[in-house]
Amino acid sequence: MRKQLFAVLAFLSLTVPALADTAAPAPPPRPNARGGKFPMQGGQAIYEGVCQGCHMPGAVGAVGAGAYPALASNAKLEVAGYPVGVIMNGQKAMPALGPYFSDTQIADVVNYIRTHFGNNYTDKVTAAEIKMMR
Amino acid sequence: MTDQTPAPSRRSLLSMIGVVAGSAAMYHAMTELGYAEGSTFTGPIKLSQPPPGTSVLILGAGVAGMVAALELRDAGYKVQLLEYNGRPGGRNWSLYGGDTYTELGGFSQTVGFDPGQYINPGPWRLPYHHQGILHYVNRLGVALEPFTQVNFNAYVHYTDAFGGKPKRYREVQADMHGHVAELLAKSTKQGALNKAVTKQDREILLAALKNWGALNANYEYAKGLESSNRRGYAVDPGGGLNSVPVPSEPMAMSDLLKSSLWAAIGAGCNYEMQSSIFQPKGGMGMIGKAFGKELGPLIQYNSKVIDIHQDEKGVTATYIDSRTGGEKRTATADWCVCTIPASVLSQIPMNVGDPMKAAINQLPYQAALKVGLQMKRRFWEQDDKIYGGHTYTNQPNSIIGYPMWDYFSKGKGVLLGAYVFGEPAFVAAAKPPEERIRDAVEYGSKIHPQYKREFECGVAVAWHRVPFTLGCAGAWTDAGRAEHYDNLCALDGRIILAGEHASRIPAWQEGAVTSALDAITRLHKRVMSA
Repeated sequence: MRKQLFAVLAFLSLTVPALADTAAPAPPPRPNARGGKFPMQGGQAIYEGVCQGCHMPGAVGAVGAGAYPALASNAKLEVAGYPVGVIMNGQKAMPALGPYFSDTQIADVVNYIRTHFGNNYTDKVTAAEIKMMR
Repeated sequence: MTDQTPAPSRRSLLSMIGVVAGSAAMYHAMTELGYAEGSTFTGPIKLSQPPPGTSVLILGAGVAGMVAALELRDAGYKVQLLEYNGRPGGRNWSLYGGDTYTELGGFSQTVGFDPGQYINPGPWRLPYHHQGILHYVNRLGVALEPFTQVNFNAYVHYTDAFGGKPKRYREVQADMHGHVAELLAKSTKQGALNKAVTKQDREILLAALKNWGALNANYEYAKGLESSNRRGYAVDPGGGLNSVPVPSEPMAMSDLLKSSLWAAIGAGCNYEMQSSIFQPKGGMGMIGKAFGKELGPLIQYNSKVIDIHQDEKGVTATYIDSRTGGEKRTATADWCVCTIPASVLSQIPMNVGDPMKAAINQLPYQAALKVGLQMKRRFWEQDDKIYGGHTYTNQPNSIIGYPMWDYFSKGKGVLLGAYVFGEPAFVAAAKPPEERIRDAVEYGSKIHPQYKREFECGVAVAWHRVPFTLGCAGAWTDAGRAEHYDNLCALDGRIILAGEHASRIPAWQEGAVTSALDAITRLHKRVMSA
């Protein structure tokens, strides 16, 4: 019996990679009711609905074992391409958020942070420009 | 599948598979017998005695750091650990009533749970094949109890399926398997599979499909005792008079396919979700506590590392008090095992080579959320007959986890009200903790209306706001691994990294253990060759 069992096991071992593949849950067609994209629209709603998770209300940043930089009065925002690149591609602890946002959402939130929290960079970035940077 | 195998033996093998009822059971048996690979853990590590006085500085007293410390100490190294938190364990952590947790931004929560209640904000499962962490659990005398991943009587719920009414997991699985088996049986009988299956095997396949899908004598998945034996009855059989079972009505295949509920039934098939799974009695944090007790004064708590410098003589870490700041202090050793998460380490000046630096800098940490909800009574047990396991939903809370201890207790219970990655986890982190808790109660009440009346208090941990990690686990991409993983793990001068981020079992404690053992093995080899 033991010998037979091992024969079965040996046979199954040939088929197991396929079994394991099919057993892994395929991405469900609707991973959650919102489809995996941030639902908010408009710069302020996006900042308060997503960005302040790390950069904090008021964009003051936070310090623990590591830090989240303040976006308030931040000279690195002078050139719009910098925050656009960081949002889309990530940087160090900052994850790449490009896939979660539409072009318009990225443009809106970049325009928002560059004109709020003590920042006054009034040149706008457009959704069309974001699309080209993807 | 080829015809190269001699027909008789193949036939007998297939028959036996039929006898033991399905591939899932066989795959499980295979892993039990060691046919499928576990982690790289092969048994307790044995390091030879190093030159007297050789010292190692370990940064971080999480699972990886404490495994490294324990083994290096036992081998004869002089060991010192620096830990940011005021407790051992790192992400191995449980929150109990009376605990206060302050996240980044200063949002503070005092846990209102009753004695004996807790949640594990971080890891919560110990799969049977994670033999590395299980080795230390046993060595440290931490008591385990079973953890249930799949509960066939828990729910699967999609807001827009079946009018938002949840289905039982067993109904979804039985109906999905049953309908697929019936379709395949039809195709087999109509000859559609003649090219793929030999004539001899067709009969066996039909028998196997009948067995697997609970088909009736006509190879149909239909309302009847066969299907109800899987999906449950409208009225269960019983004893004495009036005990005849009444079969239940399966969902129509088209309704089930459109519902997407089938997406949830693979959950327990994943290698890491298969039985048996364990949890420490009293919370996952018991492991960290036991390590901390074992290492005692070797760990210096509340130490925030702000600089790591190596030269030809040794490694020096500069640190300050993580609560009060204050004066800079230094710790020096011949070698360094650094388990600080990459999200934090990328911000600490450290003179390593460009390859390791690039590897650290490209690794962000995942968003994740867990919410614990204390309920006045265990209505999921008393009203819904759900004892442990999980309900799956497409709402932004994703999961409801039922407590896997104190079954049938007349007292309170703590539900895992949300366990979420990705988009909804980012969104939750941006909200104050009390709003995350309110959301979890709202979502849960769509499945268990009892929530609203029975909810008492909660705690919500959004991992991007966790001060000591800035995220839950290293978010590797395939491209990132291909380019940087080896460089992250390589010994750089006198510094070597370890942790779940330096493993191929990301976010699991087994990754931390096997990474630490691999790192100290290579470090020791380097020491002995000096």
